[in-house]
This record gives sequence, structure tokens and C-alpha cells, in this order.
Amino acid sequence: MGIASEALKNFKGFNLKNMPEVEPLSPGHRACQGCGEVLALRLAMKALGENVVMCSATGCMEIITSPFPQTAWKVPWIHVAFENAAAVASGVESAYKAMNRKGIINQPDVVFVGYGGDGATMDIGIQALSGALERGHNFVYMCFDNEAYMNTGIQRSSGTPFGAGTTTSPPGKKSIGQSTWKKNLPAIAVAHNIPYVATATPAYPVDLMNKVKKAAMVPGPAYLHIYSPCPTGWRCGIDESVQVARLAVQSKVFPLYEVIDGQYVLSRKVAKPKPITEYFKPQRRFRHLTEADVAKIQERIDAEYEDILKKCGGDGKGKEEKE
Amino acid sequence: MKPAVLTGEHFITGDVACAEGALAAGCRFFAGYPITPATEIAEHMASRLPHVCGTFIQMEDEIAAMAAVLGASNAGVKSMTATSGPGFSLIMENLGLGICTETPCVVVNVQRAGPSTGLPTLGAQGDMMQARWGSHGHYEIITLAPSSPQELFYQTITAFNMSETYRLPVLIMTDEVTGHLSERVVIPEPGAIQLQTRPVPKGRKDRFKPFQPGPNGVAPMGIAGGGYGLHVTGLTHDERGYPCMNPETQAEMLDRLTGKIRRNLKDILLTESYRLDDADIALVSYGVSSRSSLAAVDEARQAGIKAGLLRLITVWPFPEERIRELSRKVKCLVTVEINLGQIHLEVQRCSEGRIPVCLVGHAGGTVISPDTIVDRLKGLLQSLHA
Repeated sequence: MGIASEALKNFKGFNLKNMPEVEPLSPGHRACQGCGEVLALRLAMKALGENVVMCSATGCMEIITSPFPQTAWKVPWIHVAFENAAAVASGVESAYKAMNRKGIINQPDVVFVGYGGDGATMDIGIQALSGALERGHNFVYMCFDNEAYMNTGIQRSSGTPFGAGTTTSPPGKKSIGQSTWKKNLPAIAVAHNIPYVATATPAYPVDLMNKVKKAAMVPGPAYLHIYSPCPTGWRCGIDESVQVARLAVQSKVFPLYEVIDGQYVLSRKVAKPKPITEYFKPQRRFRHLTEADVAKIQERIDAEYEDILKKCGGDGKGKEEKE
Repeated sequence: MKPAVLTGEHFITGDVACAEGALAAGCRFFAGYPITPATEIAEHMASRLPHVCGTFIQMEDEIAAMAAVLGASNAGVKSMTATSGPGFSLIMENLGLGICTETPCVVVNVQRAGPSTGLPTLGAQGDMMQARWGSHGHYEIITLAPSSPQELFYQTITAFNMSETYRLPVLIMTDEVTGHLSERVVIPEPGAIQLQTRPVPKGRKDRFKPFQPGPNGVAPMGIAGGGYGLHVTGLTHDERGYPCMNPETQAEMLDRLTGKIRRNLKDILLTESYRLDDADIALVSYGVSSRSSLAAVDEARQAGIKAGLLRLITVWPFPEERIRELSRKVKCLVTVEINLGQIHLEVQRCSEGRIPVCLVGHAGGTVISPDTIVDRLKGLLQSLHA
């Protein structure tokens, strides 16, 4: 039995009847209306509880929760710079370890969490993240992926999907919009041979919270890739975040799975996948795409989903997606 | 499809004017990373470059952006990046590589108040010494300081011309206020814009030495893939470009890197004088602060103070001789800048103790008002007479 399976063998999940009442991230922060990212962060914090140290990268979730002298955080929280959340988490974890060893403190159960957006994780911060995963610190890294630099005003990142319009991938006669395919960071995390990797979205809150809890329980590094709709940047309605996140799963754009000790497990099988057009429809960032563009993207999405299914052992042992 | 040079009158921000200046100068490659308050330059380049067969790349950080800019330039394309404080710090290592490999390019710093994250949305002029000495080792660099959107347009062209002429990265040190200020910008006909391109090698390809200086101290530049054999390295290298680890080659290389600037100062140093002929007090300023200073000179004159202004367009290399000369003519020098004394130190150095040198400055976050300068001048005058 692997490290993660061993740690998770007695895991009991959350359900809607026994939701923790604790809110380490309090309301009254300054997120945009309909922010899917802060919803995901709130759910993650409910799952993590209060015995945590949060290490934040620069980004929306940093700015909106910590405009001095106010803070939305009821737990220890540290922000240093844009690119080094994983390095900071490494340092905090090592410091606690050293202090516990020397008897200065006796707090063996603290959970250390680094988090950042897609830019802070997949672009400028990937070096620090890779280093921390390789060193094997006992921490959780959460990437809240809203598929562009929203804090500075919607510039593309390596998490921006092919074809999406942003201010630095503007669609027009000479440009389709984002011209490269989305970076597969969960696969990069898996390649570090860490015990636990998972993808999640706030459209499936219990699934998200269970995965966060598992990531915290597993000794060693755990990586969570959390799909986080941004109505401001995606140009969808502020009441559509959760719906768009759900459509992303139902149209196979964002498959939900876990990788436990290197073994892929599908969390949710999409039995009757919706066409990608249904996912694109509410979002103006995709409005300029032609039928041919959409067909090309659909082909890629299908192939990527097949790939995930294959890694999960073909049949995809996950639960059936219900309407 | 819009042309590269948008001839006509525009009402645009400094950031946009800078991007248009780059396009008019022939820049066809931009690599960058989002950062307030320079993001608009990248955004404008992203939408404009595809129209002129250029390339925009958003890189994973500023380190990579600067590396991409050097690569594009070595492939023969005029290239540029734009950033602000924290990104400027990340650019520094590859800026040094650009200096050592004599790679022409332009780096724009839309300054915000620091250190560190500082005031991301508010201006300052606190990176001036970082512009001079931010990368390691001893080197010379050219730095321009525009004070308006119109100047940002023209000085971006000048920066490209100087970078091509002298084969080095040229810095444009503007600030948040100028970058975000909307003003009238006149863009001339393409034919009215003078453009320089890097010296190109002639003669036998097999005898080419990529770092052998020409008559003005600048070596003709072989383009990667152009047929001339190249060896480009950040190691200390001789005229052939081959690494050579000894004090003699190091001295020779530094003489080449610094000499091409020091020996062409009269073409590189750009300053403007305003009412200095009969001045008792000379203000020395640059960038957005020179606009406050200009207004302050007129206000002071109305109050009976004989003030004048020396506006630095080229800040680095520092116009040492001009300051020395001025310090022999006036009774007092006053540096006006949004920091706690950086160019002020240079003014002090070059006045060589002949006259009092004062600073009007603050830590950043807002511009200096002309009234603040005039009040200071009144106080100074009293102490000079006392």
C-alpha cells in the first residue's frame, strides 16, 4: 500500500448534512460579484479547518482578502511575493518541523498550505513549486485556476485555454486569441511522484472539500488543481459561475480525478457529455470562435478526456454524472 | 489593417504612446509579463504587432521576457520589453547579459514606488540608481527619461536608435503618472522619422570578428543565421567572441563596453535648458518632475527669483560636464526628483563642492507640486543672502 492509500484508508468524507460550520475565510472580503475562485477557497478552508498556515502568492485571492488594515483571514496567513508561495510554504513547514524537534513548540498537526492562481502557479511560480514538490515538504499546494491574470486585468497565462480572448491574446483578423493549448499542470505535479494530486471545482462542493481534506491528511506534498470561474474575465453572468464550472465538467473540458500514489482514479464519469459549444455559450471570451475552431477544440478535448480515461483504467470507475 | 506608423493627432496615454513609438521605430518583437502600471504597453503591443507582421509573446516571468528579447535581437529583429519595479529587478541578470553580448534592445520601466511591492498603482522615480548599477559588474548604460506621452513616443524611437547605433540595451525610465496620463500626441509621417539600424559586417565571412570595434568603437553585428560565424557568450570574451579568462581580456572587453559610450558622449547626452542664461538658482530635473520644475521656474521668476531649469533627457550616462559647467555659473543647484536623493548624489558629485546643492524630493506616491519647489527656492534665497 502506498503512502497516500495508507493515510486515507479510514477517510470519511463530508456530506451536505455534516458540513463544518467553521469559516476560516470570513465573508466581507472584496471579491467581485459571482467570483468562483473565492467560493472554491472558502470551501477549501471549511475542509481544512483552523489548524493551518496559509502561504499566499500574489493575486486576486491575496488582494481581496487582505487590504490592510482589514483581513478576511481567521488563521495564520503569509504573503511574500508573486513567484514564491511554494518556497514560503516550504520554509514555514521546515520551521515548524525544526521547532517541534527542538521542543520550542508542540504542534505536530498543523497543515501547511501554499496557494496561488494559474499565473502564480503555472508561469512565474512553477520553479518554486517544482522545488518544493521535489524536496517532499509535507504541505498542500492549491492552484486556483481562473485561466488568466485577472488581478492585473485579464492577461493570458499558460492556463488560458486555446482560443480564449484576453487583453494580451486579443482575437482579431491575425489572431485567434490564445494561440497555445492549456498547460497540464496536474500531470506535471504527478511527474514529481508525489503521493496525492487531484482536480476539483466549486460546482461539486463536497467532492472539492473531500479532496482538500485528503490532500491535508496525506504525508508529503499534495497538489490540487481547482477550476475557478471568473465572471469578470470570462465575460459570463455573475450568476453563472457555478453553472459554467458544472458545464466544464459535463463537457469534458475539466475532468475531475485523483491521482493517489500515482494511480489515476476518475471522480466523476461523464456518461452523456455535452458538446463544448454549451460550455462556450455563456462566456464571451469564446464568442469570436468559428465553427472550424470549435471543432478543432472539441477534437482536442475529446482526445484529452480519452487519455484521462485510459489512465484511469479504461472504464473510469467514477460515479456517473447525474443531471 | 493599421499601418505601423499611425500618422496624425491622437489623445492617448503615455503607455500607448510608448508602444506606438516602438512600432514607429521598427520594433517587431515584444516579450513581456503583466505588471501594473506597465501592462498597457504589453496589451497595446499584443493587439498591434500582429497587424505589422510582428511577434508578441507573453512569457512566464520577466526573466524569460528579457531572455526572449535578447534572442529576438540576435536574430536581427528590433525588440523590446516593458515592466515596473519588481519586474525590473528580475530583468537585471539578463540585462547584464545583453550588455556583455552587446545586444541592442529597449527596456521600459514604468516606475512605481518601492522597494518591493511598494505602491503598485502610484508613481515614483526610485529606480534611477538601479537603472545605472542594477546588474552586476562594471558597465555603461544609456537611460532616457521622458516627461510626457509625446516624449514617450519620440524617446522610444531615440532609445531604439541609440541601442542600434551603440549595440546595447537602452533603458526608458518613465513613471506611473506619465504612463497613465492621457495627452495629445502627434505622430509624424513615416518619412519624417529618422531610424538607425545596427552596423552590419562587410567583407569576408570567414575573417569576421563579431566584437572587433569599428571607427566609433562599436563592432558591426552579425545576425544569427546570416552566414557570419558567431560566438556569443556572457563569459569574458575577446574580439572573436571566444571566452578568454585573464585580466588582459577583461580589461580590453570593459574598455570596449564602456568606451563606446564614453567616447560618444556628445551624441548620447541630451539635455534641455530653460531660462538658465541669467539664473542664480538652477533646477536639475528629469521625467515627470521636470514638468513640475518647468512650472516652478516661471512661478519663481514672477516672485523675483532668477531660477532656471536643466532638464535631463539622457540621465545615464550622466551629463557630468554640463553640471560642472553649471556649478561654475550659478549660486545654487536644486535637484528635483521623486525619491530621497539619487540623481541628487550625481549633481553633488559633479558640482565638486563649489556651491550648495539641495534636493526637493519625497518617497513617492505622488508628483512634486510646483509650489513645493517655489517655497523651497524662497527659503534657499534667504539663506544664500544671509
